[in-house]
Amino acid sequence: MKKWRCLVCDFVYDEAKGVPEEGIAPGTRWEDVPDSWTCPDCGAAKSDFVMEEID
Amino acid sequence: MTTATFSAPAWTDKKRYLWLLGIVVMGLPLYGYGLYLWTGLSLFFWTTPVIVYTLIPLLDRVIGEDESNPPDGTMASLAQEKYYRYVVYAAIPVQYLSFVWGTYMAVRGNLQWYQWLGLLISVGMTSGLAINVGHELGHQTSKLERWLAKIALAPVMYGHFYVEHNRGHHVRVATPEDPATSRFGESFYEFLPRCVYGSIKSAWEIEKLRLAKQGKSVWSIENDNLQAWAITVALFGAMTVWLGWWALPFMIVQGAYGGGLLEVVNYLEHYGLRRQQKADGSYERCQPHHSWNSNHSATNIFLYHLQRHSDHHANPTRSFQTLRNFDGVPRLPSGYAGMIMVAYIPWLWFRLMDPKVVQYYGGDMSRANIKPSIRARILAKYGSATA
Repeated sequence: MKKWRCLVCDFVYDEAKGVPEEGIAPGTRWEDVPDSWTCPDCGAAKSDFVMEEID
Repeated sequence: MTTATFSAPAWTDKKRYLWLLGIVVMGLPLYGYGLYLWTGLSLFFWTTPVIVYTLIPLLDRVIGEDESNPPDGTMASLAQEKYYRYVVYAAIPVQYLSFVWGTYMAVRGNLQWYQWLGLLISVGMTSGLAINVGHELGHQTSKLERWLAKIALAPVMYGHFYVEHNRGHHVRVATPEDPATSRFGESFYEFLPRCVYGSIKSAWEIEKLRLAKQGKSVWSIENDNLQAWAITVALFGAMTVWLGWWALPFMIVQGAYGGGLLEVVNYLEHYGLRRQQKADGSYERCQPHHSWNSNHSATNIFLYHLQRHSDHHANPTRSFQTLRNFDGVPRLPSGYAGMIMVAYIPWLWFRLMDPKVVQYYGGDMSRANIKPSIRARILAKYGSATA
């Protein structure tokens, strides 16, 4: 499971956790997150996220 | 003719070359001085505030609004075009020229006090306008642009804006927790200290948290606040070594004036608007109706479409040339430049804007962002759906 960080506001999308309140189930891989999905905190596009090694 | 739909006339950006005015405006103190040399009239030391405070609002009135948007099909290519990036970069050397020349003149120019004061305000205004340049660049994701953002923010001592704006303001916009969102019933003079103090504090905490996650101290050289402030210290230090101690108060006061100019714009961008809280206490996503907008052309050119503020918050990495107008969003009665003058006069601001907030919420003021000390009184006055 990987984590992706929003380049604008630092929100972290954690594949293990998903974003259940937005219909993205835990375990959803980044490539399966819809392209229309945007950062829940600041609205940045999916393309504005970068993969990041966070432990 | 089914092909007709595919051969629509090519769309051209009517504002394409007007964006160059963003570079021109950075040199206003210099042109003012040129006019002074030519005419001998000290009035021209005041050219910059006269243009920003009166000519641009007047142009907004005369030229009016432009609601046109780039067609969907052109958005991607328009966003890619390097020209629009270079136009923004080019404003920075002119900004620095005004700053360095202005500080030199203030110390060595043998000016009369009324000339000096005009120069101070003029240079402060270009520094303040440069926060808008830093804002545009700070939203981009390339390394070069993010550094240029810090450089643009240095003369105005606003390095923390680089951190706080993206990771603080954009996350908490239109909530009571955001220092840069003004509240219903809050005058500009109450907002200013709350916002400045709150923003610096928040920027510091944001970096402290980020660095702590990496096991680093807040005093690490990687602290973006420290990096950005260090440019200010280096710049002010070099100018002071060159020109002597009298350069320092001039640079500090012009920076404060510039910061005040940014904050008055901040004041009008989200006045009284509030995102609703969900059952778990978190806020709904920021939506177009959480920002005040304007399509007045003159100010939009000078502020890189900043007044298309709803789209900016909905799509924070969208470049200025592609920002769109939305229908049905909160609209200011005038461009930001004119509204600044209103914001400086609190009773006039409340008279003009409070009814607009009340109207926007259909009288249900429980949904507005109200100054805590008057919240109960306002809810009693207008009633509330939840009362």
